[in-house]
Amino acid sequence: MADLRDLYQELVIDHSKRPRNFHKLEGANITAQGYNPLCGDRVTIYLKFENGRVQDIAFEGTGCAISTASTSMMTEAMKGKTKEEAEAAFERFHDLVTGVYPRQASDPPLGKLEVFCNVSDYPVRVKCATLAWHTLRSALEGTGDTISTE
Amino acid sequence: MTTPGTVLSHTAGEHAAPGFDVRRVRDDFPILRQKIHGKPLVYLDNAATSQKPLAVLDALHHFYTSDCSNIHRGVHLLSERATNAYEAARVKIQRFLNAADSREIIFVKGTTDAINLVAHTFGRQRVQAGDEILLTAMEHHSNIVPWQLLGEEKGAQLRVAPMNEAGELRMEEFEKLLSPRVKIAAISHVSNALGTVNPVKKMIALCHSHGIPVLIDGAQAAPHLKIDVGDLDADFYAISAHKMYGPTGIGALYGKTALLDSMPPYQGGGDMIRSVTFEKTEFNVLPYKFEAGTPHIAGGIGMGAAVDYMEQVGMERIATHEHRLLEYGTELLSSISGLRLVGTAREKASVLSFVLEGVHPHDVGTILDLEGIAVRTGHHCAQPVMDRFGIPATTRASLALYNTREELDTLAAGIRKVKEVFN
Repeated sequence: MADLRDLYQELVIDHSKRPRNFHKLEGANITAQGYNPLCGDRVTIYLKFENGRVQDIAFEGTGCAISTASTSMMTEAMKGKTKEEAEAAFERFHDLVTGVYPRQASDPPLGKLEVFCNVSDYPVRVKCATLAWHTLRSALEGTGDTISTE
Repeated sequence: MTTPGTVLSHTAGEHAAPGFDVRRVRDDFPILRQKIHGKPLVYLDNAATSQKPLAVLDALHHFYTSDCSNIHRGVHLLSERATNAYEAARVKIQRFLNAADSREIIFVKGTTDAINLVAHTFGRQRVQAGDEILLTAMEHHSNIVPWQLLGEEKGAQLRVAPMNEAGELRMEEFEKLLSPRVKIAAISHVSNALGTVNPVKKMIALCHSHGIPVLIDGAQAAPHLKIDVGDLDADFYAISAHKMYGPTGIGALYGKTALLDSMPPYQGGGDMIRSVTFEKTEFNVLPYKFEAGTPHIAGGIGMGAAVDYMEQVGMERIATHEHRLLEYGTELLSSISGLRLVGTAREKASVLSFVLEGVHPHDVGTILDLEGIAVRTGHHCAQPVMDRFGIPATTRASLALYNTREELDTLAAGIRKVKEVFN
């Protein structure tokens, strides 16, 4: 039987109530918006992307606990990463929340982000956990379109 | 299930509506006997769709095992039986709505389809550039978007009657919007997101005094209130079977004969014609003019069985039972600190929509689901309602005739659990 504490672990609750890097980023050179029409979640990701790396990242928006915590922890994890490293991390994170992680034993660990592993038991919540990542990818690819999960 | 912090009693028989035994009613709904995540199912998502009693399931089963055939065209016995059952269902719906004539009952896919039918035929005929279409601030998207599309096509404007903080329509503002420019008004009888029961009889009379025809979206009213289209003097009234214990994919549009006669067909096809040549088609009479193609025959028959079921239980008994549950639930949820009910109209039906301080409705929904409680979270296809209250979403518990006080106690306990997780 599913236990709600598997999904809502202390770390998730903590990040949802006290999100890190939760502000508008002065000096950002890329921003992107994400929207989940199912629950009305909206997120804006601010990136300072220079010399091929994420120098700084922050976000604003409203969302459920899973979405807010996921965004908060993503911003912590992405500082200093290259575009390729960020995209590879998203792929592994997507595998994690859809229950196919790790694909290979050699996959690098996701660290704290693995707190979201039980999201795979709640398929309707996968979009909550990945909204920020989709938005980050759109920012890095520079499409500038609002990303919608629907 | 005990609920800490409340002193409300919930003795089974004590508050029951006369002649109404909720335990016997529950026996009619086999789906309710299951467990969800190891807990008894508490189904409180009735405004999205209601569960189906055995009488409806049996009617569907009987059609497919004994009478399955196409209607209105076969000379064989099965076709005759299928046609008779389908047309008998139409008469049941006519009586249920107290329509004057069964030809005024058009089978449609549901309320959305009914509203689109009226917008595409009556609306297109009547609404021209510079005209106005009058709605209310509490409409479901299905009673906004078809009119928006019509407005864009014709160069007409939507006008929206506002509501107050309780989620009640501001009648004085509604009256101010009535003018010769308004060519049709489309109004929900009961709000799906707030539960508000609108004074539609009075609103129709006001519209008629300005020569404005009125469509009533009755999707959320038909399961809870006795509907009398004659008494209301509604020009159109739309309902969905699946919200009133019937199958999905079937519903009915009531329209006054004179209006339906004056309207062009909606869709072309078989069954809606009297004769066809490549030069000209002569359309069939009412109601078939609006029923192109093979319809959802089993669905129509199932809808008739649902109407029979509700009438057998008794619409007044259903309304009394649900009203008492709603009062109990309102008191129970109001006693939870940090919980705010959204939609506190004096006249309400079925709906307990709320927000919980510091917790997103989506998280409330997931945690309640783990307790076996099915609720809806989100904007309930009524984004303008959410915008009006400055919130992205609510959690909505919506009641049906089979719900109990004990289930509302379980809901309250579940909400307290949500608060513990996020304390």
